[in-house]
Amino acid sequence: MTTTTAPAGGPAVDTSPSGAAAGGPRRRTGRLRRIGLPYLLLLPALVLELLVHLVPMVIGIVMSFKELTQFYIRDWGTAPWSGLDNYKVSVDFDAPVGEALLHSFLVTVGFTLLSVGLCWLIGTAAAVFMQDTFRGRGLLRALFLVPYALPVYAAVITWVFMFQHDNGLVNHVLHDQLGLTDKPSFWLIGDNSFLALLTVSVWKGWPFAFLIVMAGLQNIPKELYEAAALDGAGMWQQIRRITLPSLRPVNQVLVLVLFLWTFNDFNTPYVLFGKSAPAAADLISVHIYQASFVTWNFGTGSAMSVLLLLFLLLVTGGYLALTSRGRRTAA
Amino acid sequence: MTTPTPRSPMAPPRAFLWSRRIFLTLLTGFVLLPVYVMVSSSLKPLADVTGRFRWLPSELTVRPYIDIWSTVPLAKYFVNSLIVAGAATVCSVVIAVFSAYAVSRYDFRGKRVFTVTVLSTQMFPGILFLLPLFLIYVNIGNATGIALFGSRGGLILTYLTFSLPFSIWMLIGYFDSVPRDLDEAALVDGCGPLRALFRVVVPAAIPGIVAVAVYAFMTAWGEVLFASVMTNDTTRTLAVGLQGYSTLNDVYWNQIMAASLVVSVPVVAGFLLLQRYLVAGLTAGAVK
Repeated sequence: MTTTTAPAGGPAVDTSPSGAAAGGPRRRTGRLRRIGLPYLLLLPALVLELLVHLVPMVIGIVMSFKELTQFYIRDWGTAPWSGLDNYKVSVDFDAPVGEALLHSFLVTVGFTLLSVGLCWLIGTAAAVFMQDTFRGRGLLRALFLVPYALPVYAAVITWVFMFQHDNGLVNHVLHDQLGLTDKPSFWLIGDNSFLALLTVSVWKGWPFAFLIVMAGLQNIPKELYEAAALDGAGMWQQIRRITLPSLRPVNQVLVLVLFLWTFNDFNTPYVLFGKSAPAAADLISVHIYQASFVTWNFGTGSAMSVLLLLFLLLVTGGYLALTSRGRRTAA
Repeated sequence: MTTPTPRSPMAPPRAFLWSRRIFLTLLTGFVLLPVYVMVSSSLKPLADVTGRFRWLPSELTVRPYIDIWSTVPLAKYFVNSLIVAGAATVCSVVIAVFSAYAVSRYDFRGKRVFTVTVLSTQMFPGILFLLPLFLIYVNIGNATGIALFGSRGGLILTYLTFSLPFSIWMLIGYFDSVPRDLDEAALVDGCGPLRALFRVVVPAAIPGIVAVAVYAFMTAWGEVLFASVMTNDTTRTLAVGLQGYSTLNDVYWNQIMAASLVVSVPVVAGFLLLQRYLVAGLTAGAVK
């Protein structure tokens, strides 16, 4: 990163005036304070992350080994241990619970791949097209960020209205105006719900890719393009040879973040379909939520969450190893 | 096309211009369609939104904007959301400033562990710690009498940790880009480290801090999952409250659209006003 001006070893601290002015004991407390200061500064963030993320995660793992039904919620410590039972139930793909989880997992994988791919593609294309200034560019940029800025529930509830069977815009256009379908379709139940979910997810998600790629483009030195143009490279060639390769490091993080957010997305399907999603669009977060809060079986829900976390760790680790190695050999 | 000129000032090839025009036009349509539906439907009488969809209202009315406040206690939800999102934003930004300053300006043991740990919490599925957090809050409440579950405090605490990792990450990059000579000079002049932070580094990093604040506010304003589990009737936020219009016998779509618009205006306006800072902040920090 940008450690250009700084020599190694806490340069800002060493010039602290307290030591220079005063003698022995004050100097020692001064140094103690200086050593402790960074930790003191980090303390609030650390405590909060521990309380809200890390401790709950550990407890979640413990819970996944317990028979934690509604009778034990008040005092979950007394819930009996159940060994690996919760996991066995979750991955027994011949029984209904496991089968439903596997189905939900596969739907989520398919949905995530499509959504991330489309978000990235649209976001990158828009950012590259808007790299040069033209009239109305600023306005367009602001417009494109609106889906990202809108609160999820407000945006998604508008889509719910548009997807309504009798009074929605989508059926009005496809059926009444264009005559593409024999009769009005159902969008929020049945197989079409996958398409509806994907549409909303891409509509909501691509501006983030746009934002990040746009920021990434500003770090590409102009001289590169000038040199390429002097060598006779055309517009498309410049995009392929300079723009896209320069975006690699940005893309490495962007795609990962998009993947994790999309895979874990709860808000969009929850507002779109309510508490129980149709089978075709049964994303894993909503599935686990339902398995936990509707049936009040926290043990099995936790086991499913832990399995999900393991999967995400595996994918993230593999992805980072793969892309980092690719980058190293390319460099 | 064959004349060798630098990219920016030269006229791009026609094919490029046309594909740009078509692509951006289609994209604008896709982006604006729901916005149009939201705005136009919020000005329609009820008959227009219960029957077949109409592109234009049969008559323009502001009735929905009056009725939304009485159909559900929208004002109460609004205030709750403002308190929760506002408090979460302030806390998150202050804490992120401290952490980023420590990471950016000091060398200490465990620095890398800290940044990696904080960032990796972004990866956890919310559903994984929702259940335990629910139990922790309930048990803390039972043991100490501090009501975190169902209270605004619990929600503020939860939301501020959601935006914290990204905020710290972005501010580290931003603080790194503020020349160290500046705060070193302040230290030599006799400022303590904290005064150097607030007198020198923070003012120089205002765009980054604004960007982080916008992000934190949007995160808290839009969250649904934890809000749906951790609030009760008195602390309900907009994320949950807005669904009140659709659980009644009649679905007042015009009111839903009006309410959606009303709750979106503060964030969208704020975001569009400050998006310049967000892009600048991302350019300086996150994507470097």
